[in-house]
Amino acid sequence: MTAIFFLIFAVFAVFCAINLVLQTHPIASALSLIGVMGALAALYLQLGGEFIAMAQVIVYAGAIMVLFVFVIMLLNAGAETPTIQVSRFVKYFGAILLLGFFALISFIILGPLPATEGVTFGAFQGTTLDVGRKLFTTYLLPFEVISVLILIAIVGAIVLARKEV
Amino acid sequence: MNFFILTLIKVAVVAFVLLTTLAYLQWIERKVIAHVQLRVGPYRVGPHGLLQPLADVVKLITKEGLIPSHVNKLFYLMAPFVAVTLALISISVIPFGPEITIGPVKTWMQLTDLRIGILFVLAVSSIGVYGVALGGWASNNKYSLLGGLRSSAQMISYELPLALAIAAPLLLANTLSFRDMVNYQSGYWLGFIPRWNLFPEILGFIVFLIAGFAETNRVPFDLPEAENELVAGFHTEYSSMNFAAFFMAEYANMVTVTCVATLLFLGGWQPLFPEPYSDVVPILVFALGGLIALYHGLNPARRMDRFTLPATALVFLGIAAIFGLSLFVPFLKPILMALFWFCGKVLFLLFVFIWVRATLPRFRYDQLMRFAWVGLFPLAMFNLLATSLIVALTTK
Repeated sequence: MTAIFFLIFAVFAVFCAINLVLQTHPIASALSLIGVMGALAALYLQLGGEFIAMAQVIVYAGAIMVLFVFVIMLLNAGAETPTIQVSRFVKYFGAILLLGFFALISFIILGPLPATEGVTFGAFQGTTLDVGRKLFTTYLLPFEVISVLILIAIVGAIVLARKEV
Repeated sequence: MNFFILTLIKVAVVAFVLLTTLAYLQWIERKVIAHVQLRVGPYRVGPHGLLQPLADVVKLITKEGLIPSHVNKLFYLMAPFVAVTLALISISVIPFGPEITIGPVKTWMQLTDLRIGILFVLAVSSIGVYGVALGGWASNNKYSLLGGLRSSAQMISYELPLALAIAAPLLLANTLSFRDMVNYQSGYWLGFIPRWNLFPEILGFIVFLIAGFAETNRVPFDLPEAENELVAGFHTEYSSMNFAAFFMAEYANMVTVTCVATLLFLGGWQPLFPEPYSDVVPILVFALGGLIALYHGLNPARRMDRFTLPATALVFLGIAAIFGLSLFVPFLKPILMALFWFCGKVLFLLFVFIWVRATLPRFRYDQLMRFAWVGLFPLAMFNLLATSLIVALTTK
């Protein structure tokens, strides 16, 4: 059952990711990216990372991508017309060669690595309680450093966006 | 397998009740606003216009679904679908009552209890923006686009105070599950004040309700569809069922917001009064309503209501009798009591939504944004900080 769900969401994520690159219209690409994020959230949920899954949806799909879509709509960006001339060689052999290249790279990288075991779903106890406790004990320093970094970014954004007096 | 069938039955019941409620919510809204404005409201279709929702549905379905020639077809058709799906999905984590036993079956009056139910509702509502924004953009119309953009800006801005207001009761109850949240609010202080989050979190409740008005695009924050400046806002170019989908999404969002407010602040299905007195309340309410309707129905001056009011009175007295009977039937009592208190609170909040719509004028757009960032946001922040301070000092 879990394998079926994994396959459904994994295939959906890959399909959306490919679609994101292939689409010529920016809004279609942005929506594909939201699809990828939604599928990833579902995969996190299957692993047991409830909080991470919901944070993924709220922060990425619900806030950041809304701003992306917002900007695309405001700028009224239209569909791009492909201007690059594609040679016949690339058209027919490009995909095969790309796959071969990818296989070669993964062979080289995966060769020296130790054999990994499959992850069982729900194995990680990623409840909100665990995440919160880890954030405020083990990872307190990185957490606070990132908070300060974000604060600096916000101040910088306000300074940049402020009208000249 | 038993679980499977049980869940299917529960889904069917909840879906049917929710969709009927959405249709009749519109009738209630028109009636309440009419009476506030000293009119009678829908009166022609059925007694007191009771069949008006049915007539509206038939009208919307049989209308031609017009697709304007200048729209982006795929996104234009996708937008209402996205809006209505995301609006209806939240009801699956809302609990309506405690665990009940009917014969051999033991089940919760809830479709599913997520440990992160509250986060799930927040997540779904945060993606809900896309339906409106996409619909406005794909319509290829300046009014629609302005409506869609206004709406997304408004929803993003008001989501912050909304989330901060939700966070405060979470700190008190130390849980993200709706079920545990309601259980935390059971019991009474000094024997008669219910331990609802409303009393320690009155500020948070007010912030949540105001932000809820903005999240659902309701008056006084219905800027996305301000008629006098934007025609009809993001759904200007929509007709037939596509328009109805947006309409339904708005009402479904309203139901979700009121349900969440009830669960987080008003104690869910926990009654207002302690145990022996709370059993009598529904009987008294319905019997009193029935008697008042009977009194007015038998008044010879009201010839128009000669049949409808006595009929209503009979229905009310019947419901009162059922509640009275349920005191002696052990498995019926928890179901009816939970439903009465939960639906009563939700209906009261829905009435507040409609009441505000009938009373207040619309904000200006800059006022709306200023109010969110300068007024509501610091207030919600202060409430959260004060709550966390108290929690940190009292728990050990």
